[in-house]
Amino acid sequence: MKTVFVTVGTTSFDELIESITSPETVQALKARGYERLVLQVGRGSLLPSADSCPHITLEAYRFKDSIAEDIKYADLVISHAGAGSCLESLGAGKSLLVVINNKLMNNHQLEMARQLHMDSHLLYCSCSTLTETLRMMNLSVLQPFLPGQPKNFANFLDKALGVQ
Amino acid sequence: MAFLAGAVFAVGFICLLFIIRLYYIVKNGSNCKPGSKGPVAVLVVAGSGGHTTEILRLMESLSAAYTPRHYVIADTDRMSEEKICSFESSKQNSDSESQFSICRIPRSREVHQSWSSSVISTLQALRFSLPLVFRLRPDVVLCNGPGTCVPLCVAALLLGILGMKKVLIVYVESICRVQTLSLTGKILYPISDYFFVQWSSLRDKYPKSIFLGRIV
Repeated sequence: MKTVFVTVGTTSFDELIESITSPETVQALKARGYERLVLQVGRGSLLPSADSCPHITLEAYRFKDSIAEDIKYADLVISHAGAGSCLESLGAGKSLLVVINNKLMNNHQLEMARQLHMDSHLLYCSCSTLTETLRMMNLSVLQPFLPGQPKNFANFLDKALGVQ
Repeated sequence: MAFLAGAVFAVGFICLLFIIRLYYIVKNGSNCKPGSKGPVAVLVVAGSGGHTTEILRLMESLSAAYTPRHYVIADTDRMSEEKICSFESSKQNSDSESQFSICRIPRSREVHQSWSSSVISTLQALRFSLPLVFRLRPDVVLCNGPGTCVPLCVAALLLGILGMKKVLIVYVESICRVQTLSLTGKILYPISDYFFVQWSSLRDKYPKSIFLGRIV
């Protein structure tokens, strides 16, 4: 079953959960061939029950020790713009749609989503444009994301600190 | 009257000494080479969510020379402790002597917390940070953005100012920050010994920063 995995990391993002389970959005997902929707809702107050969305198989939970499995089996990941969630999804080579949370202070998350979008690594939108984006999106334009190189940091620090 | 003038003069003089010491400490960070004497003790500040993920990716790359590792997390953070423990157990070698510890301090600022109450809670965190840093005496403080690191870095700076120990402040701005520094980054930029950014647009804006590309 083609699966969409939605993750909000350790935050709460009720607006996203509400939007993704709304009838128009579910309809848009079904039209793209997605039949299963898995929601990781974090600290949010909305935890939809399995039968709350007719027409699509729904699972919802708050936290797991690791979401690696859910990412692995997803055909599309829809995520908040947190670094960990984005890096984990991109690192697993998944198509990623980032949804910006306009309620966060200064909303700095927009910077990274925008940059990675400019570099064609992900798509991004807001809750209000979610349905439209799902209808119109073209995932084939996304470029593979190369992992960061922490070894460069370690080498620099060893040299700077005089580590043998 | 003379006593008052004397007291004001004394306070002013102490402040001046303080500022001169601060300037000297910040200027001479690059001369400090703790690695040449043996293992490098690190105080690692773990924030919530993405911050912990990023800092553990950095820790993964560091050699066994960086020990002991003292992780400091905010008291309201439940997930970081588990992540740290599983990271450390995966790093454990049979012949390795690596040691680590986890300490908790009050959170400086919650997400969505107002500015004015943030100042108060940061001062509160400082009350815990000072004795902690004074007790641990790390060679390096490694942090990457959560408000929790401000009181810890201030405490580390104080250790140097008082001539007790020079503690290097290594700051790695989050990969989230492409065009602007975080508030913590702006506060720590003038006093960090090594300040890393992960996008070239920030390196252009902050000339003292170090850019090695994406490192997490």
